[in-house]
Amino acid sequence: MPKYVMVIDVEKCIGCMACVIACKKENNVPDQHYRTRVVEEVRGQFPHLRMELRSELCNHCENAPCIDACPTRASHRAKDGTVQIDRKKCIGCKACILACPYDARYSHPKGFADKCTFCDHRIKEGIKPACVETCLGKSRIFGDLEDPKSEVSELLRKYDASVRLEFAGTRPRVFYIKKKFAGGL
Amino acid sequence: MYLTRRDFIKIAAVTGGAVVAGSPVVNSVLALGKKPISLPQYVPTTCEMCFWRCGLIAKVVDGKVVKLNGNPIHPNSRGKLCARGHGGIGLLYDPDRLKNPLINTGARGEANFKKASWDEALGFVAEKMQKIKEKYGAESIALLTHGTISTYFMHLLHAFGSPNFAMPSFALCRGARGVAFEVTFGEDVGNPERLDLQNSKVIVLIGTHLGENAHNSQCQEFAEAVGKGATVIVLDPRFSTAAGKAKYWLPIKPATDLAILLAWINVIINEGLYDKEYVTKYTTGFNEVAQAVKEYTPEWAEKETDIPANLILETARILGKNKPHVLIHPGRHTSWYSDNVQRQRAVAILTAILGAYGRPGGIYLSPKKKFEPVFLSEKDYPDTKPELNKGKYPFAGEEGVTHAIVRATLTDEPYPIKGWFVTGTNILKAMPNQRDTLNAVKKLDLLVAVDMMPYDGVMLADVVLPECTYLERHDDFFTVKERSFGISIRQPVIQPMYDTKPGWWIAKELGKRLGLEEHFPWDTFEEFLKNKAEAWGIDYGELTKKGYIDFPESAKPYFAEGEDYKFKTPSGKIELYSKELKEKGFDPVPKYTKHAQPPEGWFRLIYGRAPVHTFSRTTNNPSLWELMEENVAWINAKEAKRMGLKNGDYIVLVNQDGVRSNKIRAKVTERIRPDCIYLVHGFGSTSKLLRRAYLRGADDQQLITKYDIDPISGTVGMRVNFVKITKEV
Repeated sequence: MPKYVMVIDVEKCIGCMACVIACKKENNVPDQHYRTRVVEEVRGQFPHLRMELRSELCNHCENAPCIDACPTRASHRAKDGTVQIDRKKCIGCKACILACPYDARYSHPKGFADKCTFCDHRIKEGIKPACVETCLGKSRIFGDLEDPKSEVSELLRKYDASVRLEFAGTRPRVFYIKKKFAGGL
Repeated sequence: MYLTRRDFIKIAAVTGGAVVAGSPVVNSVLALGKKPISLPQYVPTTCEMCFWRCGLIAKVVDGKVVKLNGNPIHPNSRGKLCARGHGGIGLLYDPDRLKNPLINTGARGEANFKKASWDEALGFVAEKMQKIKEKYGAESIALLTHGTISTYFMHLLHAFGSPNFAMPSFALCRGARGVAFEVTFGEDVGNPERLDLQNSKVIVLIGTHLGENAHNSQCQEFAEAVGKGATVIVLDPRFSTAAGKAKYWLPIKPATDLAILLAWINVIINEGLYDKEYVTKYTTGFNEVAQAVKEYTPEWAEKETDIPANLILETARILGKNKPHVLIHPGRHTSWYSDNVQRQRAVAILTAILGAYGRPGGIYLSPKKKFEPVFLSEKDYPDTKPELNKGKYPFAGEEGVTHAIVRATLTDEPYPIKGWFVTGTNILKAMPNQRDTLNAVKKLDLLVAVDMMPYDGVMLADVVLPECTYLERHDDFFTVKERSFGISIRQPVIQPMYDTKPGWWIAKELGKRLGLEEHFPWDTFEEFLKNKAEAWGIDYGELTKKGYIDFPESAKPYFAEGEDYKFKTPSGKIELYSKELKEKGFDPVPKYTKHAQPPEGWFRLIYGRAPVHTFSRTTNNPSLWELMEENVAWINAKEAKRMGLKNGDYIVLVNQDGVRSNKIRAKVTERIRPDCIYLVHGFGSTSKLLRRAYLRGADDQQLITKYDIDPISGTVGMRVNFVKITKEV
């Protein structure tokens, strides 16, 4: 089974927001809802300032609270290892939305829970997720961690990586490298 | 022309112009008696959500555009699109689009529009144009224009007998930089700029806020350089996104940038950090520059700029140590003060003495390729009275000076201007001093607007002619001068919606009604493009399928070791000292000019870009509006505290002439100096037909009632207005 992960090179994010809208168009995400976002964090006082920009999305956790919380198995681990939602099984109870510590899910106006799929429909075609493809800074890097030659494997060997809310024990598959701020996720 | 994704991937192997055949319908599904599912079609074309003009590939399903992707083989996009590029779908399907020709039945500017047929609207315009021509001469019709539509309307006006057109892109934007680089190096730095960012070891950004200013390939290279550890030095009163990537953020006092540039030149010369061989071989006037900058020490610059002398010294040494792989970004919107050209000259001189022109990591050389021009028609244009569109500015560019047109309209000097065509530009948001613009508009006998959306300026028009969007039309080929030369095509992805027409069609039909048929000899624009492709020896079929054709042999980005090179300047060298400027009565080497600073209790109004909007052109776009519905006024946290302002409070800005802005939320932040207020440009629309953008946020241009003029170029200075904050909204 592949182990798809995303590595976010925080240094290379220039806050252009291309990922946010590419994702919306690719996945037909409804108005006022998003599957990904860019977070801007500034610390310090004028003129001694530091800033960090980073993308956030579903972490496709290995220990996913959303799957545990789902009463109908709509939220499930797919064969490719990613966390997915079966819209037909979803009853719109929103338990997963509350269970997710990363605020990665939203309630679709049509009544089901929705979130980032890692663009599984594109992965199947052998192309990168829409946000990765369009990322101007090449800050988002996607690949298979089972492949030692993949760019993500190389990056995670080379750099210290952190995950959001490590203490939650969710074992995310979205990794952040070259962070300026300790913690802050 | 239409092809599936799989076909598109195969294209690399396709030679010649084979037409892709096959039904887009999955037959097996049909056989099951279900609704047929269409396969997506992929059509390459050229973006126009901003003026970087990236190559894109549109994904079309059942005649509907569902996704736009960057074209991997186009050097401006490299397989990626920015937020606005993706948001092109929002423009296409914006319900507020102009859908029919409109004629204003009320007084000028009342926007009391009635729907009209194309025949009626064009007939009305042609008749009015003929009347103006009879009474005042054809030259009395002027064109204010921006974007690809300019090609057709400049042609129409030339054929009609007027040389008077102006593009905001010169006097209100890039003009000063172009003049400075032409005077120094013999040519402009290009659009997109010929910046070798991906190889730069040091990058200096002067007010340029890459990332927020999302010029696609430039942002890609900037991020790459940052990732490779380039030292970024940012001069900006605001802690921009780029400043967040910088090793040195120098929060400079606005209007003093030239002081740091001169001090850097001073240190680099004094400490012998310049590229001596390069200076000897390629430049002239070094001694005059060395002499002229003697007074501009870091200690002197500290007093002007608020930047400590030791930091000026330290950064100068970093520039010197890393030469020639340094990039002093020449900027784009450089219409800041009365000395725009001199400030940009200092950028050019600094680049030259560091040996960074024609070297890796600096400014690369233009590709070596030229096609003979193919004109829209072979017929000569009629002779005209002398043009007035360049004002009295000796270095005004071919793009013209917008305020020269406004001035002539207001004063009837040197001769009256009685008709305006406004195509592809929002005159109220682009041009400073809206009162002048509105007064000029009142004096006209005819105002015609051609655009896609009912922008503020369109609402002033007597006749509105709706252009279809860039996704629905052919346009002229784009010649791309990246590292290598290339040609990009714009072709319709879907047919025009509503009763909208391509710009070329509108110009041609108007031409017919003016008796100028001979100037428009082609039936369709594609016919013209095919002829042009043939004249240039390009396979048109291949271009329609790939979207872009590259000429890799044209690339020659860097000088060879010791290569002789003749610059297109009078001396054939890089002119550090400019005889041209001297002869026209200007300083041949930049001298520092002191600009007024805001009095106590006032702030300087500065403005810039957001990554999800292009000026005022996208503020109503549903896809982009969602990401940024209105702008906010950035105010320093200490100042805000002093005034009792909280983040998110509504305020009104009042300028030195008593002009009040629309209400706007305060962004209380550490990220800006206490002496200025920053707005993202383009908001606060006054057009009621832009239902999302109407009165959302504040309009910086409304507050720019005062402007400086650079006597060299005629470019304006728009950062000379001071504002106060009032909580009475």
